[in-house]
Amino acid sequence: MDAQAGRRAAGTAARGLAVAAVALAAGIPLLVITVVSLALIPAAGVGLVLAPVALLSVRALADQQRTWAADWTGVEIARPYRPEPAGRSPWRRAAWVLGDPATWRDVLWLLVNIPVGFVLGLVPGACLVYGLEGIAVAPWLARISGYGWGPFWPLADYGISGTAATLVLAALLVLAGLPLAPALLRAHARFSRSLLAPTRDALERRVAHLATTREEAVDASAAELRRIERDLHDGAQARLVALSMNIGLAEELMRRDPETAARLLAEARQASGTALTELRDLVRGIHPPVLAERGLDGGVRALALSLPIPVDVSVELPGRPDAPVESAGYFAVAEALANVVKHSGAARAWVELDHDGRRLRAIVGDDGTGGAAVTPGGGLAGVERRLAAFDGTMAVTSPPGGPTIVTLELPCALSSPRTSPSSGTG
Amino acid sequence: MRVVIAEDLALLRDGLIRLLEAFGFEVVAAVDNGPSLLRALTEHRPDVAVVDVRLPPTFTDEGLRAALEARKERPGLPVLVLSQHVERLYARELLSDGSGGIGYLLKDRVSDVAQFVDAVKRVAAGGTALDPDVVATLLTRHAAEEPVQRLTPREREVLGLMAEGRSNAAIAARLVVTEKAIGKHTANIFAKLDLPVSEDDNRRVLAVLAYLNV
Repeated sequence: MDAQAGRRAAGTAARGLAVAAVALAAGIPLLVITVVSLALIPAAGVGLVLAPVALLSVRALADQQRTWAADWTGVEIARPYRPEPAGRSPWRRAAWVLGDPATWRDVLWLLVNIPVGFVLGLVPGACLVYGLEGIAVAPWLARISGYGWGPFWPLADYGISGTAATLVLAALLVLAGLPLAPALLRAHARFSRSLLAPTRDALERRVAHLATTREEAVDASAAELRRIERDLHDGAQARLVALSMNIGLAEELMRRDPETAARLLAEARQASGTALTELRDLVRGIHPPVLAERGLDGGVRALALSLPIPVDVSVELPGRPDAPVESAGYFAVAEALANVVKHSGAARAWVELDHDGRRLRAIVGDDGTGGAAVTPGGGLAGVERRLAAFDGTMAVTSPPGGPTIVTLELPCALSSPRTSPSSGTG
Repeated sequence: MRVVIAEDLALLRDGLIRLLEAFGFEVVAAVDNGPSLLRALTEHRPDVAVVDVRLPPTFTDEGLRAALEARKERPGLPVLVLSQHVERLYARELLSDGSGGIGYLLKDRVSDVAQFVDAVKRVAAGGTALDPDVVATLLTRHAAEEPVQRLTPREREVLGLMAEGRSNAAIAARLVVTEKAIGKHTANIFAKLDLPVSEDDNRRVLAVLAYLNV
């Protein structure tokens, strides 16, 4: 084994020690806090506030273990948790954390990991440290007094044979520890995966959910295509036929009856104007041009400017999401704002857009009368369905008397911001 | 009058050239993308530019950006922007330097040849020509809000026509009153919107801006 491999193995052993330390130093207190806060739930309800905090800390520790397993041993452990509900209602959060079966598997992992993580993590490091220590102290054994607690070193014999035996034993320990370190680290990662990865049950539920949302998305886009076809067929297309008829007739009449020809041409121009307006509305309904040109930022700002009430817009997006997500987000905000205008009686509304690294979040609020609800077939239900296709969520708080706040969340990554087109060159 | 045209669709570009030449304009350059537009604007220094919002290479708002960029280097450079759709957002960006010489029209307006040519000339002369679609939303929105609330319905009507870029004489003709009456209305509008007399700014543009910004 060359020096580099030795250093690598030593690093692996150090990682094992970290695993062992975390299993004890973080595991035991967290387990105690979790158990106590759970016990407090029937007692005073305080636990309802404490338990989610404790359980989310357990989740954070489990996530740390997932990262380590992936980074150190290449064992990928998927996250099985249910999507976080939008909004900050403590009850909703408590129900979300306590109701997730993955939470309880986390706790089980925390409990079992205390002995398992401790032993698996400690053994290789201990072998190396104790072995190296043995090699270091062997020549001095005769001069050291009080060094008698090691169970391995034959300290009763201070002679050459004692020193030699110590060196051999210590070297054996080091040689055993080196390959043991990565093996046990991998064993620990596999053990963690058995409890922290999604169960077959959870995967099946997820597949069922995806199948439903996909079906809805496919239905919605088919209906959208039918609407576009109908609009084109009955609107712009028919108008263009009438238009070319009028122009053809005017061509015929040009010499014989210039006055009528001029009138027909004027009519034709009007018809082309109407056809263009219809096409423009249609395009806006499919994908607003300003959204294509400026992204969500410009799209929502332009939307806000077109509404009959003042809408404050604040946007903090360091980049652009993928086009389908961007479009879904835009139309969800548009629908929420349309709801504000139609039903809320609000004098002002506001939109906040931001991205926390994992999720695009849009908050649409108004100072109206409140009482907004998600009713089947209603506008907000449509928003919910639109977002579901992207694993997004919607939460509405709207007490009577207002204010109404609709929070929309869409998991997505952002692409790097568009560099503005170079000008003055090229 | 020397014109630069930027339009990526060859059919429309040729149509615009033919149309403007028929009305005595001299088309010094007709380009089909943003970078060439910027080059043409600095090279030819035209009296007016007629620019499509969406141009290659990005096919987003390249034309608008090039126009804004060119106006930064040459303030007041008259630009008439044509678009398949009108957005108040873009209208605000175009007008925001307050120096006038801006037009922003739907492409459809080209079909009313006389009005379109009139708009090009108004913009070239340093005036404004906003699409009636933009102006219509201005007039319905925020009617309940300060400082627009202080305007009488008649003054609002006048402000709408002013935003489209009409002169006092044209507004007077449209509303069938004397030009003097319109002068009075505009003075009232400027006063109510807190726009003092100034050498540098075009108060008619600022009045429209006040509307766009609420």
